[in-house]
Amino acid sequence: MALLDVEDLRTYFGTRRGDVHAVDGVSFSVEKGRTLGIVGESGCGKSVTALSIMGLLPMPPARRVSGTIRFDGRELSTLSERELEDVRGRQIAMIFQDPMTSLNPTLTIGTQLTETMLRHLDVSKDAARKRAAELLEEVHIPNARQRLDDYPHRYSGGMRQRVMIAIALSCNPRLLIADEPTTALDVTVQAGILDLLDELREQHDMAMIIITHDMGVVAEAADDIAVMYAGQIVEQAPAEELFYRPEHPYTEALLGALPQLEGENVREGRLTAIPGRPPDLVDPPEACRFAPRCPYAGLGDYCTVEPPELRELRPGHWARTAHPVSERDEAIVETAR
Amino acid sequence: MSANGDGALLEVRDLAKWFPIRKGFLVERTVDHVKAVDGVSFSIAEGTTLGLVGESGSGKSTTGYSVLQLLKPTSGSVRFMGKELTELSRSDLREMRREMQIVFQDPYSSLNPRMTVGNIVAEPLVVHSIGTRRDREAKVRDLLETVGFNPDFTNRYPHEFSGGQRQRIGIARALALNPRLIVCDEPVSALDVSIQAQILNLLKDLQRDLGLSYLFVAHDLAVVRTMSDHIAVMNQGKLVETGPAAEVYDHPREDYTKALLAAVPVPDPRRMRDRKRERRKLGHAIAEGF
Repeated sequence: MALLDVEDLRTYFGTRRGDVHAVDGVSFSVEKGRTLGIVGESGCGKSVTALSIMGLLPMPPARRVSGTIRFDGRELSTLSERELEDVRGRQIAMIFQDPMTSLNPTLTIGTQLTETMLRHLDVSKDAARKRAAELLEEVHIPNARQRLDDYPHRYSGGMRQRVMIAIALSCNPRLLIADEPTTALDVTVQAGILDLLDELREQHDMAMIIITHDMGVVAEAADDIAVMYAGQIVEQAPAEELFYRPEHPYTEALLGALPQLEGENVREGRLTAIPGRPPDLVDPPEACRFAPRCPYAGLGDYCTVEPPELRELRPGHWARTAHPVSERDEAIVETAR
Repeated sequence: MSANGDGALLEVRDLAKWFPIRKGFLVERTVDHVKAVDGVSFSIAEGTTLGLVGESGSGKSTTGYSVLQLLKPTSGSVRFMGKELTELSRSDLREMRREMQIVFQDPYSSLNPRMTVGNIVAEPLVVHSIGTRRDREAKVRDLLETVGFNPDFTNRYPHEFSGGQRQRIGIARALALNPRLIVCDEPVSALDVSIQAQILNLLKDLQRDLGLSYLFVAHDLAVVRTMSDHIAVMNQGKLVETGPAAEVYDHPREDYTKALLAAVPVPDPRRMRDRKRERRKLGHAIAEGF
């Protein structure tokens, strides 16, 4: 049984223009000890998916239209706020994009580190403080004991994200959700944080969901990858499958649009841009959501009329498209060019 | 970028920009300086791109602004089209500004929300009193078409457009005076990958068609590589390494450059495993400012 099982999750936001279908029928599962990467561009619904799991969205304007979220066999979506509080921070922890604003500037690092432990665990203040120092050491903050009494402004961005990770790990959660954990950081600092997450996931025997817009980050950190587009998962596969044998035209285009760090003739070449932009999620296309930008969606194609299902094309490799790479015939490829 | 800068469009020598740190109440005195840019030299040949990379706070944007004299350099020389910019009078500098323009990072805050698209793009023409009203209207339509923006939308306002479309407006404005040099300050870092590719391709096309030179300032090493003929790596206000792009990327000499390159995640899981090993070997030489 998977540690986390999300089934047909739909989260809409009420606006004056109508409902924004931010997450629209998302299903996935995360196995114990594995890392799932959810990747997509802004507005694709990746963060809303995470916040829905955590029950952290303000309702209204958010509204859960459907979906089950089973964590370790227990249904989370029907829990009361009180019951959910026992799960959050204890069983499932989350770290956010911006380490500059996720810490309270008026409390010491030590206070913020012990807060979660005192809420969830039956420990004394002294024991919590001792554990806090150990945690800071674990995330490689030098002079951990002294630095407990510092305020957040004394820490750099990378160090603050390390503190956030330490807080997240303080109650030994079984699942860590990291939402763009390195986006605000410089690349050398990012490398350190990704290494740290990797190391700690093993030590603590956690599962992890890492949410990012950066294909490089998922290539580095994830075992399995789900690509989201316009509120839906359009492709899901183990990391190597996804990168070396992408099936969905969007994934294919996204990989082609990335500037290359290594290789010949990168300066001379052009990038394969994806024309247009993602659809308005107040009124998403009824058929395939990528069809308006898809080079393979032709006139009279069923995918421009009705939505394609998420199909398993190879074991463990799912794609939601009428024109997966492996099924394309030469004629279509030619016209698309 | 020729070694001695002969025949270069832009030649920067020992450029420094120090910001004073002042202390004291009523009577302020300068106690120290932040050396944002400290002894930077490079040159850019006509029609080529110099990519200026570095992490946040390395001084790369300050360098771009100092080249354009948007910030007055503390010392050093900036020769552009054979003229020493640091010694020009205000009016002469203004004339030179026709030849050198800038595209900013954030297409949300760099366009005046109260001006129409047409007026934003026409503004440089108005400021430099070029053409009649009608000429300018025609020119604006031309420019917008060049950057792939629907010229029928000249009466709309920036907020009606997405980040990518706004960046096109910003580029059209930069092109209005037919400049020879454009400083691109993180022009795609606020954009999603698919839109980023559109803008990078546009900048490449414009360079080819108009013979533009770019000083391309960015933190994303892959983006800089696809745009640049030469690379300058900056760290803490100083140039760490410069050279032809392929040379710097494939055979970096300095430890800082090596560590920076090794830290970039690449979209290739197997290659990533090797890179992680290389990275550990370098021992995060510079990661974290502990």
